[in-house]
Amino acid sequence: MASTETTAKDRDGGDLAGLEAGLDALETVQTGRRPLRQTLREKVLPPVVAVALVLAVWQALVSFGIVDDPTKLPSPGAVWDVLREAWLQGELLGYIWTSVSRGLLGFFFALLIGTPLGLLVARVKVIRAAIGPILSGLQSLPSVAWVPPAVIWLGLNNSMMYAVILLGAVPSIANGLVSGVSQVPPLFLRAGRTLGATGLKGTWHIVLPAALPGYVAGLKQGWAFSWRSLMAAEIIASFPDLGIGLGQLLENGRNASDMAMVFEAILLILTVGIAIDLLVFSPLERWVLRSRGLLVRS
Amino acid sequence: MATTLAKAADGAEAATHAARIEHVSKSFAGPAGQQLVLDDITLDVAPGEFVTLLGASGCGKSTLLNLVAGLDRPTAGTITTDGRPALMFQEHALFPWLTAGKNIELALRLRGVPKNERRGRAEELLELVRLKGAYGKRVHELSGGMRQRVALARALAQESSLLLMDEPFAALDAITRDVLHDELTRIWRETRLSVLFVTHNVREAVRLAQRVVLLSSRPGRIARQWTVGIPHPRRIEDTAVAELSVEITEELRGEIRRHGQH
Ligand SMILES: Nc1ncnc2c1ncn2[C@@H]1O[C@H](COP(=O)(O)OP(=O)(O)OP(=O)(O)O)[C@@H](O)[C@H]1O
Ligand SMILES: [Mg+2]
Repeated sequence: MASTETTAKDRDGGDLAGLEAGLDALETVQTGRRPLRQTLREKVLPPVVAVALVLAVWQALVSFGIVDDPTKLPSPGAVWDVLREAWLQGELLGYIWTSVSRGLLGFFFALLIGTPLGLLVARVKVIRAAIGPILSGLQSLPSVAWVPPAVIWLGLNNSMMYAVILLGAVPSIANGLVSGVSQVPPLFLRAGRTLGATGLKGTWHIVLPAALPGYVAGLKQGWAFSWRSLMAAEIIASFPDLGIGLGQLLENGRNASDMAMVFEAILLILTVGIAIDLLVFSPLERWVLRSRGLLVRS
Repeated sequence: MATTLAKAADGAEAATHAARIEHVSKSFAGPAGQQLVLDDITLDVAPGEFVTLLGASGCGKSTLLNLVAGLDRPTAGTITTDGRPALMFQEHALFPWLTAGKNIELALRLRGVPKNERRGRAEELLELVRLKGAYGKRVHELSGGMRQRVALARALAQESSLLLMDEPFAALDAITRDVLHDELTRIWRETRLSVLFVTHNVREAVRLAQRVVLLSSRPGRIARQWTVGIPHPRRIEDTAVAELSVEITEELRGEIRRHGQH
């Protein structure tokens, strides 16, 4: 008995710890960062090539006279000249900033309204039953539809623009949070309850962080919707006193039958939309998913 | 480390039991009316005692544990525990948005431990489960065995005198499970916690427990109990463990066979 006792002691001490350390080492996955060259080759090169191809086809259409009416299709060079002109006169950044500042400010308000609204809909049964379906139905209403009533209610001014952005983005943000909350695994809620996270504490420590991926997806969609509805508002309600944003630029180009200017505006609208997504929302989404091990490196 | 945890157990020492389950029944609304899952269960867990609850799949083990944890209410009968018990699930149930260390700190925070003490306590607890370097690791970076050890550390952070475990090692491979049996036994002896451990693995039940409680199925009733006198440390392959396991397995088979007879 005495001898088994000592061997058992050893087992309990050094041996067990060693065995455990071995198991841990064997089972732990090593993760490293992707080398820069590989990132460039796999992530940067393909879109650059795609853009170059589009430009080449565009240039070819003009050069070979397939479309030879510059009021229908300006050459890439002509659009470039318009852009350069606007830059040299110091107007380009002004156009972009007018729209972007409206968009971001509107989005920020949408965030302030959409988040508590989503939380209420997700957590309070009566409210959910009452406005849940309306909220998800609103998502399928093109936000351009809000421009005419907004103009009538608020007139041709900045508040009308913000109203249109809000109506476009709030349902997306709220819905994202609602679906995020409804997808929280019940196991997390039960684990939280045994740790003492009930009521508001449970919402703050368990439900909200667990719902974050859905919420971020909602934010991303909310931004896309705000940007679209803002452009629609700027085109329809272009009014000199409001300052010239990208939507107004497009409308001005159309009025002047200046196709290069129209193309300039479309390019800028597209670029800004993509840039904000690439700079803000995609990294946010990747960070949220990666930190939870939900993003597999491909 | 061991002393701080033992303090919680000392409080329970004054009481005569860590958990008292008295005439507890539980039924669920099923397609064929009320389905009785647990029928008149009476079971005490003494302070510092290690009890395993053994039974066939679907006999109501998890249901009983959830009742003791306060996650659900019994249809009849009463359950008293000394404070809120800690609960460990079959899945690790760690929060993936927090690191291993922060998972433990959340448990401490919800218990009201002041901010400046949390980090140190979390590191002590990780050391207790021999995961010293894992503080900053994300859940998905840990292996299955490591996750369950962090989950154990998080449960211990509650400093509750009763630890409920619902098949916590069932999803692990045999070697890792065996190692975690040793760890759990060591920690239980160091901290003098009371443990109510659910399993359908007879050997696991015998290897760990001071007392094995066999539940029958449909409805769940206490069929028989065994006191396990085998001295620690035990091995899964010990003859004494094997002999008692054979006896209990026979009984369990008899219980299951009864259901095929009508
Ligand atoms: N919320 C519920 N509603 C209805 N029936 C339930 C509910 N929870 C459990 N049951 C039923 O109660 C019975 C016991 O379930 P329980 O999960 O407690 O079994 P178990 O012993 O833990 O089984 P296992 O070993 O598979 O984990 C099962 O027949 C199950 O269908
Ligand atoms: Mg179960």
